[in-house]
Formats: sequence, structure tokens, C-alpha cells
Amino acid sequence: MNWDAWLPVLVVASSLLPGLVIFFLREGSHRLRTALNLAGAILKLLLVGILIWGVFHEHVYESRWTLAPGLDLVLHADTLSVLFVTLSTVLWLVTTIYAIGYLENAPHRSRFFGFFSLCVSATVGLALAGNLFTFVIFFELLTLVTYPLVAHRGTPEAVRGARIYLTYTLGGGMLLLIGTVWLHVLAGPTAFVEGGTLGSLPAEYHPQLKMIFLLLIMGLGVKAALVPLHGWLPHAMVAPAPVSALLHAVAVVKAGAFGIVRVVYDVYGVNFADQLGLLTGLGIAAAVTIVYGSVMALLQDNLKKRLAYSTVSQVSYIALGTAILGPIGTIGGIVHLVHQGIMKITLFFAAGNYAETLGIHKVSEMNGVGRRMPATTLAFSVAALGMIGVPPVAGFVSKWYLGLGALEAGMAAWVMPVLIASSVLNAAYFLPVLYRAWFREPGPAWPAEHIPAARFETSATLLWPPVVTAMLALAAGLFAAAPYSPLEWATLIAHREYGL
Amino acid sequence: MLTTQVLYALAGCVIVALGLRGALLHASLLQRIVAINVMGAGVFLLLIAVAYRGPGLAPDPVPHALVLTGIVVAVSATALALALARRLHAEQGDD
Amino acid sequence: MTDAMIGLVALPLAGALATLLLPRSATAVAIGTGLAITVAAGLLLFGVATQGALHYEIGGWSAGLGIALRADGLSALLLLMTALVMLAASVYASAYFSTVSERARFWPLWLLLWTSLNALLLSGDLFNLYVTLELLGLSAVALASLGGKRAAVAAALRYLLVGLLGSMMFLAGVGLIYAGYGTLDLAQLALAIGAGPVAWTALALMTAGLLLKTALFPLHFWLPPAHASASAPVSAVLSALVVKAAFYLVLRLWLDVFANVVTPAAADLLGVLGAGAVLWGSWRALQAERLKLLAAWSTVAQLGYLFLFFPLLLALPPGPARELAAGGLVMLALTHGFAKASLFLAIGIIQQRCGHDTIRELDGTAQRLPATTFAIALAGVALIGLPPSGAFLGKWQLLAGAVATGQWVWLVVTAIGSLLAAAYIVRVLGHAFGHRPYPNLPVSVAREEWPALLLAAMAALVLGLAGAPVWGLLEIGT
Repeated sequence: MNWDAWLPVLVVASSLLPGLVIFFLREGSHRLRTALNLAGAILKLLLVGILIWGVFHEHVYESRWTLAPGLDLVLHADTLSVLFVTLSTVLWLVTTIYAIGYLENAPHRSRFFGFFSLCVSATVGLALAGNLFTFVIFFELLTLVTYPLVAHRGTPEAVRGARIYLTYTLGGGMLLLIGTVWLHVLAGPTAFVEGGTLGSLPAEYHPQLKMIFLLLIMGLGVKAALVPLHGWLPHAMVAPAPVSALLHAVAVVKAGAFGIVRVVYDVYGVNFADQLGLLTGLGIAAAVTIVYGSVMALLQDNLKKRLAYSTVSQVSYIALGTAILGPIGTIGGIVHLVHQGIMKITLFFAAGNYAETLGIHKVSEMNGVGRRMPATTLAFSVAALGMIGVPPVAGFVSKWYLGLGALEAGMAAWVMPVLIASSVLNAAYFLPVLYRAWFREPGPAWPAEHIPAARFETSATLLWPPVVTAMLALAAGLFAAAPYSPLEWATLIAHREYGL
Repeated sequence: MLTTQVLYALAGCVIVALGLRGALLHASLLQRIVAINVMGAGVFLLLIAVAYRGPGLAPDPVPHALVLTGIVVAVSATALALALARRLHAEQGDD
Repeated sequence: MTDAMIGLVALPLAGALATLLLPRSATAVAIGTGLAITVAAGLLLFGVATQGALHYEIGGWSAGLGIALRADGLSALLLLMTALVMLAASVYASAYFSTVSERARFWPLWLLLWTSLNALLLSGDLFNLYVTLELLGLSAVALASLGGKRAAVAAALRYLLVGLLGSMMFLAGVGLIYAGYGTLDLAQLALAIGAGPVAWTALALMTAGLLLKTALFPLHFWLPPAHASASAPVSAVLSALVVKAAFYLVLRLWLDVFANVVTPAAADLLGVLGAGAVLWGSWRALQAERLKLLAAWSTVAQLGYLFLFFPLLLALPPGPARELAAGGLVMLALTHGFAKASLFLAIGIIQQRCGHDTIRELDGTAQRLPATTFAIALAGVALIGLPPSGAFLGKWQLLAGAVATGQWVWLVVTAIGSLLAAAYIVRVLGHAFGHRPYPNLPVSVAREEWPALLLAAMAALVLGLAGAPVWGLLEIGT
């Protein structure tokens, strides 16, 4: 094995090994644990930097390990995987810092950070998976290692939420597995290849391929929270804030969306999928989810639940972009993978700050919180405006490309109303929150003030992560045309997928 | 044609059937142990019939070896079963 | 390499005698013997991999009355699995039994069980198979009754009677085979045998006897009480190895010896019974109130999966696809062996530390016994069949075979069974992670926790990630 084959393995191992070591640390060895976490995260960032450079210059990084005859575990870096790997790595670093502050003096930190690192390892492995078999393996691993994180608090509510989460995701995993096995029997090992590979199969297989597509999308749709498979997501809100942040922005939900992108573009090929008439169904499912999630978000008073339903809605923009034939729509969907991640993690960090600092869990308790916690609320506002699609925040770019792509593909008749309705609804559930936070008078006392205002409005490790990610969300919109920006990278992906 | 060999074999089958019926239907432990032994005797009879090679010829040693081993096994298993049954009985008395 | 074969039978037998004669140092003798057997099993696997199938006639007596030992890829793999599971359970047992008298009774029977397992896996003719099967049954019953409690004795007695019934049926089948074909040697039989009433009756009798011993649904009634009331190390090997030995014989008979005799309809019947086992066993495991009963019912279910392969293997034409499926079957059996042994050992630790194994009262076990809980979780991953366990690869082949032959019903059964398995494992973990104000202890692994942990890692990680050679080894036939 040479360096090119080792690099993908190292990218996965840089969080896996620290995670395994952390399990065996004493609760009290706070510094060592933090050092391991940060060293792993920074090392991973450096390795990913090399990966970005190499993939841009069409360098091939691939590791292969045979598990059984005809079944290879393949880690392979292409443009799409690098996009997801970079997102997970950057947000893992930020979330780790946030979690260190959030869990200060909480019990079972070694267990928490151990599984936290494993969770990122599984996500990165899933991003780097070079074939559907490998993807399924990491997809299931991700389910397993996130279960203890959701159940972490150990309350009956947490255990119940975790059980519901596992029921949904394992059921989805089974559908995905059956689809993958079926495809394997039909077409042999299905490597992820830009432009897809199934188009060359004889026409008599087409009915089976449609069934398989349905199985795969349903399996992935559970994690991506496509309606009606989204039921687990509001229950998983019992997890600690950093877990929710990671679950919604990077790991679980995004893994499902990423899988849908992979299946459509790199297994079936978007043109072949369109030819089979599969994209319309996917598009309708995405559109229904977008509107449904937004309506449900509007009805929630619990802040985290409102954000959770907002995730249901927002992640389906990615599926929607996938369903729009043509490079512009593709760019819109793929770039939203990154944009939604940065914005949603900011929102969850901020929600966690409100809860940890002042005991605020409900929207109705947020009156005047902007004065008490200006920096957090500013970060929240930037991300919320981005979700609505207000320029120049990142979300605007995604929506612009999705709309343009729909026009170009001749799908504007139904995509445009969905986009507009969703934006109006986004505004309807975010703007009142902002209004309360900035313009209403605060009540006589906060629900439960844990951290008094000192030099900062809350502790520094809690404050900086949302501020940084809000700035990233702003930068991704402002500098969308700069080289190596998410938009530019998504454009590169779209060009390679369509062979432009 | 009802030769001695076939007669033996058929008798063996009947005994096996009787033993099996007893082992499955009897509730009493001791009766079941005995029934299984009866079934074993039937199997051995069957094997002895198999060993017969004709008048004047020495019987085949292999089925005989099987029968001998089978008897040893059946005796030791019965002993173990009786020992367990006694222990069960003794503990039942204690309760 | 024939020395390794002789060693695999002679070493545990000599060890059994030695522990009988030296009760005070029995533990040391037994662990030493176990290490030597494991080395021999490793050497044998290496020998089979490099030189092909091995054959040895003890004392130069040829097949018929003499005892011949044989090893091919399948038996060498199972021998190594047996050695590793038995060794781990031996180390565990050395800490589990505290008094000298307990140990003095345990070790000779334990090593006798090991002898009969090894001898069974090395036998190449029906006569020796019958003898080893009986030895295995008797030593297993004696071990199961060692717990001393009333429930254990009653369950052991039932186990014994069922086993005897099975043996008698097997023996009757053997007699018929000899009457029909004049040989008991498996290799010669495979060449001589043809479809006909004698072969069918004999196969039916032998299979029925073996199914009783391997506890295939609906003949499983004796297994849950026997496996749930024995002591932890005994339960572990009963579930992981002893039922597997009878299954191994079914596999040999159906796929090697009687390959020309078995019909797809008969294989479908086995598949139906397997499906019943998967569904009913998993369902009962989900209802179980005690951990040991859960594990025992899970064994019933897991054996069912193995029988689901039979209709697939018969429908697939000989060739790569069939060999893949056969490898999947063996992979599933190996994984279950390691995982179930680990699960029973871990449950034993919980039972000793907490004084009970009631699932509803496990709250906080994750904090008190993190390593043991982790072992249960890893073993659970293997029992559900999730990656990266060996069972995932096995179930993949099961699903692939079902798709390739269009037998969708087995696919549905497998999917439902796996989800039920997930449900019963999660039920345990949910309670173990439950909320109780326990002190924040650092993760520590006690000596008796290591065997369960290593066995679970073997099932959930090693077999899944480094198990590819299994398929190659299985092509080495006798």
C-alpha cells in the first residue's frame, strides 16, 4: 500500500482511534480527553486539506479490503465525498469545542466523547464509501454509534426516544440492505461512478431496477426524514444539544440525504433515473416533505422541536435538487448539503446556549433574550435569515440555484410554488422568534439562569462555536464565487456528474 | 417371503414403535426411561437382523459392534437418567 | 499435521483423566490443556489450508471397524471455533467456580465434552459419529445438571431423554444405511448412495434424530429450560457448540453424503421449520423476562437462520453462487458460536454481580459493568446481523441467495427476524443504560470480563472484517 491508498483510511482513523482511546480514560482526565479530541479533529482537518487538493487535481485516493468474495470494502475520494468529508470535519471540530463546554461536569463524558468520535468516523467512512456495499456498512454503523448518544441522558424519555430512533433507522437500514443485495445479484458490485453504471443493463431489468430504487430511497429516506418516514426525528430531540446539532447538520439526517444523492447520480445516473421516471416520484416526496415540515415547525412552541421540523423541511431541498434534471438544480441540491449544515448547526448551538445559560426551552420564553445574549442571538438571526433565504446568507444561494434549475428543467410549474410556499412558511416560523428575541421586553426573570453574565454572555466554549458557524454561513453566501467555496465545489461536482 | 431375518427386523420395528409411543405419551418419568430402553432394544434387534448373512455364514461384525456400543451407551445413559431422577425426587421431598 | 488431529482428541481426553486424578490442581491442568488444544486446532487449520484435506487411520486399521480421523476446511474451521470458545469459557470458568469440590466435578466433564466435540468433528464414518454424538450428549447433560438446583436437574433430565430419543433414531438410520449399502464410511457412502426408499427412510430417521438434538422448531421445547438453568460457562458452550455439532452433521449428510438423495421439497420443509424457528424464537426472546431465557430463545431463532439456507443451496446450481451461499451459512454459524458464548458469559457476570438476571431490573448496569454491557452490545450486533459482524456477511449471502433463486419468502423471514432480534437486544440495552444515580466509575475490565469481551469482538469485528478466507477454506473438501 502506498500513501494514496492510506490517505482515506487515515482520514477515518484520525477520529476512530482517539475515540477508542477515550473510552478507557478516567472521567477526571479532562485535559487528556480534550487534547485527544482536538488533536484528532485538527489532524483530520489537515488530512482533508490534502484530500481536497488531490481530488481537485484528479488524483485517485482509494483503499480496498476484501470482506468476502465479491464484496469489497472500498474507501474512495471523489468530489462529492470530499464535500461531505470537509463539512463533517469542520463541523466536528466546532462541535467538539462546543460539547466540551456544554458537558462541563456532566457525568459519563468519556463514554459520550468516545461515541461522538465514532459517530464522526462512521460519517466520514460513509462519505468516502466507494461502493454501495461499503456505504451500507457505514450507514448501519452510524445508526449503532448514535444510539448511545441519543440515549445518553438515561432518562425514561431519552431511552424511549433512542428506541424510537433505532426502530426507524434499523427498519430503514433493512430496506436499504435488501435493495442493495438485490442490486448486487442483478448487476454485481455497484461502485459509485460519476454518471452512474446501471444505464447499460438490458431493458428487461428495468421493472426490477424501479423496485430497487424504491427500496433504496425508502431506506435512505428514513434517515433523511422524508415524510412519512420522519417520525423518529422529533423524538430524538431528547439528546444533548451537541448531539442534536451534529445529528441534524452532519451525521444522520445528512447521511440519508447524501445517500439519495449517491444513488441517483453515481449508481443509477441522473439521466437514466429520469429515463426510468424515478425523479418525479422523488421530487414529489421531497416537495411534500418541505411543505409538511415547515407547517409542523410553525406549530411548535418548543424551540428544539421547531428546529427539528425545520430540518425535516430543509434537508429535503437536497432531495429536491436531486430530482431536478440538469446541472443547475444539481448544484442547488448539493450546495445545500453544506449550507443547511452550517446554518442548522448554528441554530442548534444557539438553542443549546439559551437552554444552558438561561434555561430557555420554549419560543414563548425568548422575549428580550437578544439583550441578555446579543452574540448568540445575532448568530441565531443570521442562520434563521439564511434558512428563509435572505441574501447574502448561504441559504439564498441554494434557493436561487434550485429555482433556476427548475426553470431550466421545465419543472418550474410545481417547484416554484413549493419554494415560495416554503420560504413564506420559513419566515412565518423564524421571524416571530427574532421579533421576540430582539424587540419584546424581557420578563421579570429567566426560567433558570445557570451561567451568570460575566465577561461574555455565557461561557466562552459555548459562545464561540455558534459565532464561528454563523460567520461561515455568511461567508459561504458572500464569497460564493470564490475558489474552493461550497458553491464552486458543487459546480465542479455537477460538471463531473454531467460530463461537462 | 417371511424369513427369520425379516421376522426379526419387523419385530424390531414394532418394538421401536411401541417404545417411541411410550416415550412420547407417558407422563411418568420412570415409564419414559423404560420406554426409551424398549425402543433401544428394538433398534438393536433391527441391527442384529441386518447382521445376518445367511445360513452357515458368520454374521457381519459391524452391526454387532454397533449393537454392543449401543448397549453400553444405553446402560450408562439409563444410569445417568436414574441418578438425575433420584436427585429430583430427593429435592422434591425437601420442598 | 496428522499429529494435530490426534492431539485434538488425545489432549482433552488425557486432560479429563488428569483433572480427575488431580482435583486440587485441576484448574491449572485444564487451562494448560485448553491452550495446547487451541494450538493444535490452529495448526490443523494451517495444515488443511496448505496441504488440503487430511486423513489418518488410528493404528493402521482401515475404515469399517477401525477409527479414521478426517479434516477438511469445514471441520478445521469448526474445530478452531470450538477451541477458542472452549478456551475462553475455561478461563471464565476458572474464576466462576469458587470451591474445590465444584471444580473437581466440573473440569473432567468439561474436558470430556471437549473431547467428544473434537472427535465428532474429526469423524468420517457414521459409527464413530454415533459414538461421539452419544458421548457429547451424556457429558453435556452431566454438565447441565451441575448447577444443582431443581430446575437445572429437571431440565437436564428432559435434555437427556430427548437426546437419547434422538440417538436411537439416528442409530436406526445408521443400521438401515448399513443394510442397504454395506458401508458406514461417509466418503464411500456418498459415491454408493442413490435415491430410493432405503436412503429416504434412513435420511429421514437420522435427520429427525439430529433435528431433535439441534432443537429445530418445533422440536426446540427442551432447549430453553436446559440452556437457561445451567451454569454460565456450560450454557455458553451448550448454545454455542453442542447444538452446532448436531447441526454440522445435518449439513454433512444433506450436502455431502446424501446430495443425490435430498429433494428440493425436503429442503423446503427444513426451510419452513427454520422460518418457524426464526419467528417464534425471536418472538419468545422478546417476551422473555430473564436474560438467560432471552439468550436461549435467541439460540432457537439463530439455528433457524441456518436452516433457511437449505432450500437456497438446493435451488442454486453447483458453482460460485452456491459456494458463496454455503460460505455464508458457515459464517453465520461461526459468528453465532462466538456471539452466543459471549452473551451467556456476560449474563453470568451480571448474575453474579447483581444477584439476578431479570431484564426489567437491569437499570444502571451500563454504569456498573461497562465492559460487560459493551460485550452484550457487541454480541447483540452479531446476533442482529449488523455490520461489521460476520453474521452481516452471512445474512448478506442468505438474502442474495433468496433473491437469486426468487425465494422471496426467506428474505422476508430474515428481515423480520433481524428486526425482532434488534428489538430484544435493544430492550436489554435500554434497561442497562437506564437512569440511576450511580457513581462515576472509570471503565475497568475485570479478569472474568475479558473472555466475554474477546469472544464478542471475534464475532462482531474479526470475523466480519477478516473473515474472507473462510470461503476459500470451505472449498477444501474431503
